[in-house]
Order: sequence, then structure tokens, then C-alpha cells
Amino acid sequence: MSQQVAVSPDKVIRHRVGHHWPHVELELSGAKLGFWIFLCTELLMFGGLFVAYTYFRSLYPETFSEAHKTLSIPLGTLNTGVLIVSSFTVVMAIRSAMLNQRKAMLGYLYATLLLAAAFMVIKLGFEWPPKFAKGTLPAAFYTYDGLAHVPKPHLFYGLYFVMTGLHGLHVVIGMGLISWLIYLGHKGVLYRGYYTPIEIVGLYWHFVDLIWIYLLPLFYLAG
Amino acid sequence: MSTAPHIATEAPEFPKEHYLNASKGFKSWALTVDHKRIGLMYLVSALTFFLVGGLFALLVRLELFLPGGQFFDQKTYNQLFTLHGVVMVFLFIIPAIPAALGNFFLPLQLGAKDVAFPKLNLMSFYIYAIGAIIAIAAMVVGAVDTGWTFYTPYSLTTNTAVVGTVFAAFVLGFSSILTGVNFIVTIHKLRPPGMTWFRMPLFLWALYSTSVIQLLSTPVLAITLLLLIAERLLGVGVFDPALGGDPVLFQHFFWFYSHPAVYIMIVPAFGVISEIIATFSRREVFGYKFVALSSVAIAVIGFFVWGHHMFVSGQSEFAGMVFSFLTFFVAIPTAVKIFNWTATLYKGDIQLRTPMVYALIFLVQFTIGGLTGLPLGALGTNVALHDTYYVVAHFHYVMMGGVVFAFVGGLHYWWPKITGRMYNEKIGTFAALTLFLGFNITFFTQFLLGFKGMPRRYYDFDQNFAGLHGFSSVGSWILGIGFLIALYCFIQSLRNGPIASKNPWGGTTLEWTTQSPPIAHNFVDTPTVTTDPYDHENSPALTGRVA
Repeated sequence: MSQQVAVSPDKVIRHRVGHHWPHVELELSGAKLGFWIFLCTELLMFGGLFVAYTYFRSLYPETFSEAHKTLSIPLGTLNTGVLIVSSFTVVMAIRSAMLNQRKAMLGYLYATLLLAAAFMVIKLGFEWPPKFAKGTLPAAFYTYDGLAHVPKPHLFYGLYFVMTGLHGLHVVIGMGLISWLIYLGHKGVLYRGYYTPIEIVGLYWHFVDLIWIYLLPLFYLAG
Repeated sequence: MSTAPHIATEAPEFPKEHYLNASKGFKSWALTVDHKRIGLMYLVSALTFFLVGGLFALLVRLELFLPGGQFFDQKTYNQLFTLHGVVMVFLFIIPAIPAALGNFFLPLQLGAKDVAFPKLNLMSFYIYAIGAIIAIAAMVVGAVDTGWTFYTPYSLTTNTAVVGTVFAAFVLGFSSILTGVNFIVTIHKLRPPGMTWFRMPLFLWALYSTSVIQLLSTPVLAITLLLLIAERLLGVGVFDPALGGDPVLFQHFFWFYSHPAVYIMIVPAFGVISEIIATFSRREVFGYKFVALSSVAIAVIGFFVWGHHMFVSGQSEFAGMVFSFLTFFVAIPTAVKIFNWTATLYKGDIQLRTPMVYALIFLVQFTIGGLTGLPLGALGTNVALHDTYYVVAHFHYVMMGGVVFAFVGGLHYWWPKITGRMYNEKIGTFAALTLFLGFNITFFTQFLLGFKGMPRRYYDFDQNFAGLHGFSSVGSWILGIGFLIALYCFIQSLRNGPIASKNPWGGTTLEWTTQSPPIAHNFVDTPTVTTDPYDHENSPALTGRVA
């Protein structure tokens, strides 16, 4: 890896430490601590859904093992790949910022944004429409008759749409955050001396990735 | 101890520069990142909703003054007690002490210039405001009649605005989470030199523990409410027995938040009481470390007792036994506090000022509330008392007799620091005693009603209960008058109260070392802490020696 400084420090807008912080290191560590705590709350929120999933899967195991066959494993796997690659690109964006390589940083951020968009397109454009057509949906809209031999198949789809839907919402929020980073990157405020926003959005993005890593086996590979 | 002369000799002048006049105009408030201004905005909002929730309560008591329908029909009555609960819980009592007094005094007591994330702090206020607007809109569109607990399956079938109200509570939860994040990071990262963990005032320990509870429990409420909304809109099925779901699961989820939520309400009140008792007894808080860590203990144990709300829900008997057993453990750290406060008073140089009067009333009422909780934690007696007024009385002794009295007491205690003006002691104490009288007439009566078998939430009642119900309603009017007197006391102070000195009470914590009202950056120089929080000999707030 080249250690060249691509953007000379005089081209960046220098970060000003908040007046109530003694020094910049403490400010960064405070931001990180705060965000880790926030991620704990996110985890607890998804935790409630995982508890509900566990409970209903133990109540109706045959429903889960039959209904999961209607999900598309190829598309689920493709999306997993997309998210994992995007986790890599966001890490590289942080590294580039730490090395003052603004162009590379922006490139990686654009790549992350594109991958996030690809995830949503695969989900909303290719994965969900056949389900709407077939009627494998939560109870209020459930019309599918291929699962009449197992009890309460709509529960599987209720949980599937709520859990992947909430995850999808997090991806969309992530896209907003990455766009904000791109804006900051163009403005020139992200450099070796201040990269807290990328670091934090990076943490968020890994979290979103991680949730998906659990959703994939629980729904797509539930047999 | 001879601190009084020092205080009396000060001839205060109203400071020329302070946080209230540091900048002017609507925008300087709407976009402020000053924790004191944000705290003040929370305070005004919380008090407004206290008034609204209080009016709902008075209407409920008015209907119950006589048996039979008087003023409202059954549905309106159900809506009134639901709105009383929703407004008081989500809009008043949860933000009251942490977000209002906490926001204002956490950095001041810590010795910091602001909270760790001032912009996030402002954002959490706006999220609170948005949540409040949604809640009001939902009230106008179709006030909920489910009770504040939104139990399924009724909340899935009623035609009132469940989705709107529940969404409001969801949004308000985010505000609570962000405040919690802010407080925890502030306490970890912004302690000035010398401010070790065990030199922190007990209010800060209480806020820290409260924040932990907020962070661990609120997300679970968030997902529960989101599932309830999805249930109504999409028919997810998890809470709906007709679709193969389980309404008891809703109760588990709900109480996993809402039991710890009562500690979100009471633990900061404990913190306020510790401050008041230390100052007006002129003593160090007896067993400081035990009082500090008992807040943490309550936060931890509080997460393992939620099932005691569900003894009659059909959860397994074994689960009931475990939850009952664990519930009694909460009594230990709570009793540690009560005993230590009492020991602090013993041989103290007690000054019976208004905040202290509120604190003493708190000790009496909270002890009654706590002890009457034990029969509810025991399985056998719970089944008999569960759906009676006994629970209403117990809950209000803790929440109103405890939290609200601590909040109003704390408001008097810190009033000179917030506004720079003193209030009239006689009026303040008179209001406190009126509230004490009204509160006990209203709610002690309800213990008796519960014992006699009066079911809670009922619109109508048997002639046998009429005397006690009528008496309780009279008490509610005395309570109402008491609050009006307290309000008058504050308004009169704002209009022409005497100017407050830096440290009118002889307090020992850092907020009393800065001027009243404080400057925008709180302290002229970052304080260096060299004394214990309640050192009545050497505290810089008393000696005037700011290190």
C-alpha cells in the first residue's frame, strides 16, 4: 500500500474540537462510545424480533421448514454477497480517509452506496414482487394455497416481512448516511485529523450487515 | 456546623450575563445547543403535559364521585383514564426528572460545560416534540380506550386511534434513548480533573443508572409497539390469537420495558431526594457508596421481575414463582436507600425549607408505596388484589407520592439556580402540606377500596363503595388546589421573587459554585474537584475557594 498523502493538509477544512471537549482524542472516543451504546439498543430492538421468531418457530416447526422453501436462496445469497462486499468497501473508505487519500475514499464511498442500492433493488425489484403476486404475505393479504397442509403459514411471512423490512429500512437509512459522508468528503472535511463520521457510519453499516448474516439462515435456510 | 452566616452575609445582585440572556430571539432558543435551555424547554413541556394529564385525572375522579353515570358515557370514561395514563407516563413522568432537571443539572453537577453531544440533545428534544404532536393528533382523531398498556387482543379490535398513539410512544422512546446515550457518554468522558466516580453527587449516579435502564429497555418497547402497529395494519399474527399468535407474548414484551420503566421514573427521584436530604441535613449522605450502587443494583434487578405484572395472565406457575422470588430482591436496594436517608437525618442540622418538606413527605409516602408493593409481589395475595384499586393506590403512592413529590421538591430546590430568584417559603411549604393532605385522602382511600374488592378501571360501582369513592374524589380536588398554590408560588417568584445568591441553601455540589442563573458555559474555569460531594466543611461551594 502506498503511504502517500494524496490531499495536502492545507486543502482540507480543519476540524474544530467542540468547546466542551478537552481534546480531539476524547471527542472521538466519546463519539465511538456513544455509537456503540446506540448499536446495543439497535441489537435489543432486533432482539425482540428474534425472540418472537424463536417462539413461533418452536410452536410451529413444520410451518417454518415448509414455508422457507418459497423463498429464493439464490437471491438471498446474492444479497449476502453484496452486503459483505459493501462492508469491505466501507472499511477501505475509513482507511483511505486515515491516509488522506480523498479520491480513493470517495470512490469507496460511492461503491458502498451503489452496493447498498443494489441490495434494495434485488430485494424490492426481484425478490418481493413474485411474493406479492403469489400472495405469500402477512395474514391481512395472505392468499397462497400451496401451504394448506401446515398450520398458520401466514405467521412465517408476517415475521419475514417485518424482520427483513426493518432490516431494509436500516439499509435505506444507511444509504442516507453514506450520501451524507460523500457530501462531507466533497466538502473536504474528512481527513487524517478527523474521520469520526466515517468511522461511525462504518460501525452502523457493519451492524446492518451482521443482522442480515443472521436473517439469511433463519429464513432462507430454515430447513 | 457554621455555614449559615457565610450564606446570610452575601448581598446578591442579579448577574448581568447568564444563559437566559446570552443570546436573544426565537432562533436562539429553537436552535440552542445549551443543555440548560434544552432542559428548560423540557421542563415547560413536561409541566404542560402534567397539567393536561392531571385534568384527565380530575375528570376521572369527578365521574367516580357518585355511583352510576354522571358526566361521561362508558367509552369516554375509558378514553379519559387511558389518556391520563398515556400522557402521564410517556409525556410527563419519563422525561420530567431525567430530561428536564437532569439535562439542566447533569453537566453543572459534573463540572462540564455541556453534555457530550449538544446537537443530539437538541434533536432528542425535537423528537420528543414530534412524538407529543403525534400523540395529541391521535387524541383528537380518536382517543384510545385500551388503557396505557395497549394489551392485545383488545388493542387490535378497538376502533380508536391505537396506531397513532402507539406510534407516538415509539417516537418518544427514541428521544429517551438519545438522552440516555448522551448522559452515559457525558459521565464517562467529561468528568473534570479530580471528579472520580465516587466523588459524583448521587443525582448523577441516579441519572447514570436511569440511562442504562432507558437504553436496555426502550428498544424492546420500540419493537413491541412496531409489531403492534404491523399487527393492526398487516396482520402479522404474533399477538393475535385468532391468527395463531399469543397475546401473552405481548404482555411479556410490554412489561420487559414497562417494569424497568417504573425505575426510569423512580431512580432519578431517588437522586433528587439524596441531594435535598444532604443539603438540608448539613451532613454527608450516610453510606454514600451504598446509596450510589443501590441505584445500579435496582437497574440490574429491575430487568428480571417483569413477570410479576402477569401473575393472572396465564403464564406458567413456575414462571410466576421465579418472578415473585426475584421481585422481593428489588426491595433490598430500595430499603438500603430509605435506611441511609433516615440515618443521614439522624443528628443532622435539619433545615425545614420547602424542598426538605417535600423530601420528608417523599420518605413517608414512598415507604408506604414500597411496602404495599410486597403483598403484590407475593403470588397468593396478588391474585386477590391484582384487579382492584389496591394496585391503583400502590402505583400512585410510588409514582405520585414518590416521583412527583420528588420532582416538585427538586424543582423548588433548584429553582433559584434555574431562574436566579427565590420563591416564598411560606407559600411553598403550604402548597407542599396541601398536596400531602390531598394525596393521602385521594389514594389511601383507594387501598381500602381495593381491600373491599372494588375492581379497577370500572366506570360504575356498587353503593357500598360510594362513601370511599366520594372521599377519594374530594381528595383529588385538594390535590388540584395544592398544585395551583405551588404554581402560584413559582409565578410569584418569577415576577418579584428576591434575587438568589450563588448558594442559597448551603449546598455542597458543584452547581452551587457558579452564579445563579449560570453563565452559558456554566463555569468560568473548568473546576478541579478535591472534596467529596457532600463535604460540609471544605466544599468550594461553601468556602468560596474554587480550585
